[in-house]
Amino acid sequence: MPAVQETIEQVRKIDVDQYKYGFETEIETDKAPKGLDEDIIRFISAKKNEPEWMLEWRLGAFRRWLTLEEPNWARVEYPKIDFQDIHYYAAPKNQSGPKSLDEVDPELLKVYEKLGIPLKEQEILAGVQKEQPGEFEEAGDNVYKSGRVAVDAVFDSVSVVTTFKEELAKAGVIFCSISEAIREHPELVKKYLGTVVPTTDNFYATLNSAVFTDGSFVFVPKGVRCPMELSTYFRINEKNTGQFERTLIIAEEGAYVSYLEGCTAPQRDENQLHAAVVELIALDDAEIKYSTVQNWYPGDAQGKGGIYNFVTKRGDCRGARSKISWTQVETGSAITWKYPSCILRGDDSQGEFYSIAVSNGYQQVDSGTKMIHLGKNTKSRIISKGIAAGFSQNTYRGQVSAHRKATNARNFTNCDSLLIGDQCGAHTVPYMEAKNSTAKFEHEATTSKISDDQKFYVMQRGIPEEEAIALIVNGFVKEVIQELPMEFAVEAQKLIGISLEGSVG
Amino acid sequence: MLEIKNLHARVAETGVEIIRGLNLTVKDGEVAAIMGPNGSGKSTLSYVLAGREDYEVTEGEILYNGQSILEMDPAERAASGIFLAFQYPMEIPGVATMEFLKVAMNAQRKARGEDPLSIPELMKRVKHAAGELSMDLAMLKRPLNVGFSGGEKKRAEILQMKLLEPKLCVLDETDSGLDIDALKIVADGVNQLRSPDRSIVVITHYQRLLDYIVPDAVHVLYKGQVIKSGDKSLAYELEENGYAGIIEEAA
Repeated sequence: MPAVQETIEQVRKIDVDQYKYGFETEIETDKAPKGLDEDIIRFISAKKNEPEWMLEWRLGAFRRWLTLEEPNWARVEYPKIDFQDIHYYAAPKNQSGPKSLDEVDPELLKVYEKLGIPLKEQEILAGVQKEQPGEFEEAGDNVYKSGRVAVDAVFDSVSVVTTFKEELAKAGVIFCSISEAIREHPELVKKYLGTVVPTTDNFYATLNSAVFTDGSFVFVPKGVRCPMELSTYFRINEKNTGQFERTLIIAEEGAYVSYLEGCTAPQRDENQLHAAVVELIALDDAEIKYSTVQNWYPGDAQGKGGIYNFVTKRGDCRGARSKISWTQVETGSAITWKYPSCILRGDDSQGEFYSIAVSNGYQQVDSGTKMIHLGKNTKSRIISKGIAAGFSQNTYRGQVSAHRKATNARNFTNCDSLLIGDQCGAHTVPYMEAKNSTAKFEHEATTSKISDDQKFYVMQRGIPEEEAIALIVNGFVKEVIQELPMEFAVEAQKLIGISLEGSVG
Repeated sequence: MLEIKNLHARVAETGVEIIRGLNLTVKDGEVAAIMGPNGSGKSTLSYVLAGREDYEVTEGEILYNGQSILEMDPAERAASGIFLAFQYPMEIPGVATMEFLKVAMNAQRKARGEDPLSIPELMKRVKHAAGELSMDLAMLKRPLNVGFSGGEKKRAEILQMKLLEPKLCVLDETDSGLDIDALKIVADGVNQLRSPDRSIVVITHYQRLLDYIVPDAVHVLYKGQVIKSGDKSLAYELEENGYAGIIEEAA
């Protein structure tokens, strides 16, 4: 079965009553003791066999972090996090160094199978082998071979497997875990790491810089169109473990890459912390498309448990005519604090942000984007669709700014909110600032409610209530779904339906 | 097909009673017209038949093929073969008409334990039905009812009715807002659906529609009750003399 089909089938089979990925897996792990100090950081760095400069970088960040205060401007409420009560490193035992699939613990493979993530590249390759060699040259024209997705799977603190590595290497693309990149490609990591999100950036990003354990690294060299979709699946399994992944994607001049990220976690009563940093760098004429389907455990119906998701994602359109596009479907997490942003540094560069944020139960979402126009003739586009149900609070927070040298900067923003029921809230907080008189910013916002009329009409055609709601909501978010790679679009639509289960009645 | 006995229904929110002891029987294969002045409860009757939650049935019974439907939700009633063509069809932004048809047809098939239609089969059926209604196929790509003209909306309703093959069709003021050409097309669509095992209830304010959809029976609704029933000549009588005479007669 092709990878996509397999994933879709798995999603289809999902029992829709509760969080589907709530299982916990019995895998022996190697954990750091709870708490955070310089020794823990040394421990992590040693576990990863990191060079000295990396350790110094981490320690620098840690010292900085000690001077920072947790931000409190977002519209989210949660009890104070005890940063000393978290394990900062957990790894499945017997996992050291990169390996082929054959060497991966079968228990782990089972986990990913349960999640519907196709790692078995052999199966996928079986279909590929029939094709003629030299397909990479032909793949240069925007067409992806359907179902061919290279996957990097991150389990708690370590990357367990990366598929299709060799095939990607033929095209000159480096796709590996960040730990491996630090060891194998230190010159690239040194050159780019922390150049978009500096270690001093913000409380969570600084914490991440000190303790990040794994994540993905992508390097697409000059003029190369990455021959397949790249994808990372993150899973937090261990109890009281924080996940701090770090992702770094570099597209050199004229390169193109599309990257997908998916996340899940087991169902637990305690809250778990996830503080990731993602940095994207696009040089002249390069394009990076970054898509996320985030489905961390959102907590139970009473609002107990769930993931605290504090993420810093930023793309730097460093080169002229470069383009970075963020597409996110956010359905999980108890708390989401996330603002994927673009720095439009290169002249004629473009930034895009397409977002669907669904909240139900007691979830709190504070998400949006920043478009920082620095170069001339830079363009940005923001389409945000917030859907609030249950007792949730859903805030769009966005900032669009034009530097005084950013002549002819253009922005179009559209924020729509949809409310289901009358116990939830939707909020829009846009900031706009133009220091150049030629800048043109447009902002549109609407808030609507699924009307009883609409619901009755759809049900009268024989469509059961929850499907009716899902249909109306999927219509509402269609503009964003269209931006997702095909493989994810189907999953995302189903996920939205599932997330809204129990939102009516 | 349909038997309504001493039905009382009120608006759930305000408690105002609209249907007050209504009795009505519609036989298999019959086309029944329900006429009445504004505010007589015509639209409410259609909503109550379709199971809209905003109305509460406080007394009486609705039997559909001998079974009470009062406990069924709108989707269950629809899947059992009850179709309501709306006076004001709702807009569903972002959902292409074709997609909506697919979801609706397959939801009903699922409820009946049938397999979903294959895409080619679905396309074939939809194109055929749309052709019979002289509909522009480009319309199927547009979000359902969004930006449709009055005539297009009504045609889209009839298209859905044809494709879902209901047993009991209720048309709520389908003639409102239609010019004569659109009216003829809609009426043709309804006439194509006439069959011995399908009943059609046409709710209308004016006799005009009944020139094109000729009813087997006409019922006059007033203050939530059927006050007079007859054959199609009753419609002509109403057209000539208005409701006043019949209302007085019944009083």
